[in-house]
Amino acid sequence: MVAASKMRKAQDRMSASRPYAEKMLQVISHLAHATPEYRHSFMAIEREVKAVGYIVVSSDRGLCGGLNSNLFRRLTSEIKAHQATGTDVAFCAIGSKALAFFKRFGGRMLGQITHLGDKPHIEELIGTVKVMLDAYEAKKIDAIYIVSNEFVNTMTQRPVIRQLVPISGEVHDALPNHWDYIYEPDARSVLDALLTRYVESLVYQAVVENSACEQAARMVAMKSASDNAGNLIGELQLVYNKARQAAITQELSEIVSGASAV
Amino acid sequence: MATTMRVDIVSAEGAIHSGAAAMVYATAEMGEVGIAPRHTAFISRLKPGDVRVENEHGEQEHFYVSGGMLEVQPTVVTVLADTAIRARDLDEAAALEAKRRAEDALAGQSAKFEYARAQIELAEAVAQLRAIEKLRKMKGR
Repeated sequence: MVAASKMRKAQDRMSASRPYAEKMLQVISHLAHATPEYRHSFMAIEREVKAVGYIVVSSDRGLCGGLNSNLFRRLTSEIKAHQATGTDVAFCAIGSKALAFFKRFGGRMLGQITHLGDKPHIEELIGTVKVMLDAYEAKKIDAIYIVSNEFVNTMTQRPVIRQLVPISGEVHDALPNHWDYIYEPDARSVLDALLTRYVESLVYQAVVENSACEQAARMVAMKSASDNAGNLIGELQLVYNKARQAAITQELSEIVSGASAV
Repeated sequence: MATTMRVDIVSAEGAIHSGAAAMVYATAEMGEVGIAPRHTAFISRLKPGDVRVENEHGEQEHFYVSGGMLEVQPTVVTVLADTAIRARDLDEAAALEAKRRAEDALAGQSAKFEYARAQIELAEAVAQLRAIEKLRKMKGR
């Protein structure tokens, strides 16, 4: 019950954050076309991938079925594939479960944040995201991925790995009539500010979506737990009744045989 | 009816305002700007301050934004508002903080983690005590 209402709220937050990111993508893809002379390092540049970074979004608490373990399994297979090709891997953990996972798993962890609660705020994520973006700018990592759960419906959550940087989002077709913005102060700083915010908003969305997934998974897990407990109670009741009946039968037969002996 | 434009104020955590307006005032980085309908395409960073939206009856609505972006197209104005106060050194501090947390956690010195472990150990100890007590009772009968 609690998880159900929390899930609905998380879903609301999920849809509330969407217009911002959509609008930003529009502006960014427009800017990418309008100012071809300036390519920001976050935009798709062919650069050899020697190291990758993962921002892993998990829940803070357990008891939500296989939500986190499915995510980590997906991530582990991805990491193995990278290690096979000799690519270096770095991480950034969001949520206690991811943190605990990396403590066991090992690996280079650049940043972490836990205990975001049910209402995550974007300012809590800024530092964590910046650590990764700085590493990207310093060419310590060549691509950033975000690992989180996708909310399909209440029963289904799917672990997904999406590329954050370089931005691979659908760049719209070249605009038919060319026009450009007036920039204040200049195209470069506007684009810089936009791209950082865009990445942050994507991470924020992933965190919110993951929290909706967590609540949904917990709801289902708790439901099946109480169903299982119900079954168990039924079985035990049957055993109890049988034992009771056997004891009564035995007592009766003892009395009857005693009486007939007299 | 006067010409109007559509104004959307959105932040990462939700839509703040959406509707028609005859004029929009905002504090852009290079000074205050007033945007009328059919303004040419314009994009600017915003400084923390007021965004005023005036509808066709001359009524004004005020919104406070702590920075963000202003995007203007002839019929649509979009304010991408920040929800946090942003400054380079503040961001830097947040990044350092995130890094420090990661190092702390890896070193295993984090107080919260110790607490969680201690809690589990305590729960185990309590369960053991209970089991022993039960065994004693059964023997005592």
